[in-house]
Amino acid sequence: MKISFSINGKSQVLELDGNTPLLWAIRDVLDLKGTKFGCGKAACGACTIHVDGKAVRSCSFPVKMADGKEITTIEGLSKDGDLHPVQQAWKDEIVPQCGYCQPGFIMATAAMLNEIPNPTDEDIDQNIINICRCGTYYRMRKAIHKAAKLQNLQK
Amino acid sequence: MSDKNKSVQKTSSSRRKFLVRGGLGSIGLLALGSCVFINPLRRSALGLSESLVLPYSGKGTDANLWFEFTEENTLIFHSPKVEMGQGTFTGFAQIIADELDLDMNSIIVQAAATDTGILDRFTTGGSLSIAQLYNPLREMAAMMRQMIVNEASKKLGMAVDQLRTREGFIDHPNGSLSYAEALANVTEWKLPKNVALKPSTALKHIGKPIPRIDLHDKIVGAPIFGLDAEMENMLHATIIRPEHIGSSIKSIDFSEAGQMPGVVRVVEGKGWLGIVAESFSQALAARSKVNIEWDIPKVWTEEDLRAYLKVGEGKQMITQKVGAALEDDDEFVSLSFSSPIGAHAQMEPNGAVAEVKDGKATVILSTQSIGATQHSVAKALGFKTKDVNVIGKYLGGGFGRRLDTSHAAEVALIAREIGRPVKFSFTRKEEFQNDMFRPPTHHIVKGRLNEQGGIANLEHHYASGDVAINSLLMPPAMSKMLGTDVGAMRGANIMYGNIANRRAVQWHKTLPFATSFWRSLGLLANTFAIESFIDELAWNNQIDPIALRLKSLGDDETQTRISKVIKLAAEKSNYTNELIGNRAMGFAASIDVGAPCAQVAELSLTNGIVRVEKVTCVFDCGLAVNPDQVKAQCEGSIIMGISAAMHEKMGLKDGRLFPINYGSYDMALMRHSPKEIDVHLIQGLDRPLPVGEPPLGPIGAAIGNALRRLTGTRFTDLPMKLK
Ligand code: FES
Ligand code: FES
Repeated sequence: MKISFSINGKSQVLELDGNTPLLWAIRDVLDLKGTKFGCGKAACGACTIHVDGKAVRSCSFPVKMADGKEITTIEGLSKDGDLHPVQQAWKDEIVPQCGYCQPGFIMATAAMLNEIPNPTDEDIDQNIINICRCGTYYRMRKAIHKAAKLQNLQK
Repeated sequence: MSDKNKSVQKTSSSRRKFLVRGGLGSIGLLALGSCVFINPLRRSALGLSESLVLPYSGKGTDANLWFEFTEENTLIFHSPKVEMGQGTFTGFAQIIADELDLDMNSIIVQAAATDTGILDRFTTGGSLSIAQLYNPLREMAAMMRQMIVNEASKKLGMAVDQLRTREGFIDHPNGSLSYAEALANVTEWKLPKNVALKPSTALKHIGKPIPRIDLHDKIVGAPIFGLDAEMENMLHATIIRPEHIGSSIKSIDFSEAGQMPGVVRVVEGKGWLGIVAESFSQALAARSKVNIEWDIPKVWTEEDLRAYLKVGEGKQMITQKVGAALEDDDEFVSLSFSSPIGAHAQMEPNGAVAEVKDGKATVILSTQSIGATQHSVAKALGFKTKDVNVIGKYLGGGFGRRLDTSHAAEVALIAREIGRPVKFSFTRKEEFQNDMFRPPTHHIVKGRLNEQGGIANLEHHYASGDVAINSLLMPPAMSKMLGTDVGAMRGANIMYGNIANRRAVQWHKTLPFATSFWRSLGLLANTFAIESFIDELAWNNQIDPIALRLKSLGDDETQTRISKVIKLAAEKSNYTNELIGNRAMGFAASIDVGAPCAQVAELSLTNGIVRVEKVTCVFDCGLAVNPDQVKAQCEGSIIMGISAAMHEKMGLKDGRLFPINYGSYDMALMRHSPKEIDVHLIQGLDRPLPVGEPPLGPIGAAIGNALRRLTGTRFTDLPMKLK
């Protein structure tokens, strides 16, 4: 079927099986490789993107449901070449190790900060439930608090 | 840094141009003879006999290429080791920046492919990358700098002592020259003799907490991982392989699967079936339509496994023997411990992209063993190894899982059959079911005190499946010769030199499913058993567990280093045996590959929920090339250790390994990780020690010992969970 959406500010029209997970449309059709495949069953968060500003696990989101929506991936998170506050905080705290889970966490965090601009540790525990096997959670928590500050400064 | 990412792309094309236009062959490529390796190899060999650390084993004699200068005066270091998260590429860049006088931003580190550089036959693992390459790389970089100066001196007609190197340039009385300019016409290298290394006071990068060089790529989602690789005109494959332990395919019906949309071909291999389609999701959809009847000779249960693997069963090897053994009629305390099967669960699934064309094969993937992958692909295709090029990308986690890359050969076979490039990835279910697991273990620890309140006897009997034995690093013949599984042995011997009678006995069995290396190997479970036991001995006799440990240590250099981390951890954490409200502390220590580590875990208990609130970690890592990244390794090890000690467990269900996904394989998440991790580094030696694994030693026992104080119960089986 024909599906059209906007992704990172650009409109796209795709012709494919509507049940294809959005993840594969993003990675393999649109060649945006920042969104990762970790489990394919909505269990790890490596594939987290934004659909109309909300965090979505794209591996378990049929592409047909994205029709007419606005999608943002890690590649489109920062505007005009600057780092997004979440990315900046991640950089300041030197969060990544292997790095594979990081785009998913960054997208999940950016979506959370839109809803909860000043998250408490409990908010973070409840909302950031992606998996990082390298165990970067400790630095991530610091980076999330920092990102909240940076984002509030920008407003 | 985004520019740098671009420059990676750019330099690769301009480099080619540079070479072609120059028409001079290997301009800018440094080929070094074996001379450089004699010392490091001998040093490593000595290290091997001391600590069973495998030596760096890259060949120093073939056309080995370490450094490459581009026209833009950028240096590419073709690393014999891959980057899987530990920041080793950053450490390498720091070492090079210092000895070669380069700016960090003009250094690019890439994993050497089989046709662009030398590889380490012993793979990337054991936390050894920096420890092994520190000296060779400094020597090589210093030699390179000297050669550049020599060339500049020839070119300028000026004496060497008139020239000074500075961040990629050579300053001379009349101006300056870039390294690339100095090297522009060099066709043959003269290797200088006796190149001096910089004195430690002149080092500007080594020892500094410099941000990782891959930081930018990793926060913008750059396509740097194995699974991000593509080839033109490629198809996608999924591979069905046996799910039950010891099973094989009896009959298979893929007629319906073959008719599914997008399916191009079904390829039958030895014991597996590949489904090739236009897209990965089409391949997966077709896979669900395959009907297979399995031949399952025995349905393994968890009870079977417990009976099969235990102390007293299998091949017995004494791995430590000092003083006398405890006799059956002696009075002593004995406790039994166990750890479950562990999954690697690295976030990036295994996979590969392969093309076979005109008698040559190219494979791109995330692997810890680029060289071994080349051999296995060549063997499967019946090619000479030189006709197979393996390109290693950044790894989305390794932890030992990617030492085995047998799937690369399967993908290459499929690609040859199809005549088009093929990309393959494990599903997460396959990752969990076909992992090269951490073997389960069983331990019996026995001991008793002497009249002075010290430990008179301590014995550790431990049963484990294969870790090193039968692995890539220890093929059957070598396994047989050694007898002992040196991987299962990590952390198994009693480290306390003052205990007069101590002993460790290994009981080894090969399990009916594949087990292998998992970050820190036997260390996690062995330390859990021994350090929990010592704590119990202290607790039951109202002795301070830290005093008991210190009393048990001797006074040679290593013993003193262990004492130091123990004392400092007690001090920094304000260790106490008393409860503090709803909180308690637990203490443990270990030494792994020469690097002692002590940790204090502070746990809280609220409404039946236990949480690790804080971990204090004191780690003697020798010289920390990048202290920030050493700390990151401590933090990561602690969190992975919490996950293993309190959450993770693979079991058996219907003869299959289970569970098969994240979530049901319970792992530590953000909410389980401590809000405070306080790491203190000690430099007990003047060379770098392995850092990626030793901090995984104490954490399990530190948690168990805190739980003892918090709940009154001694936890002896991992994962530790409140009922
Ligand atoms: S890949 Fe989507 S949640 Fe794991
Ligand atoms: S950084 Fe490796 S999985 Fe998170």
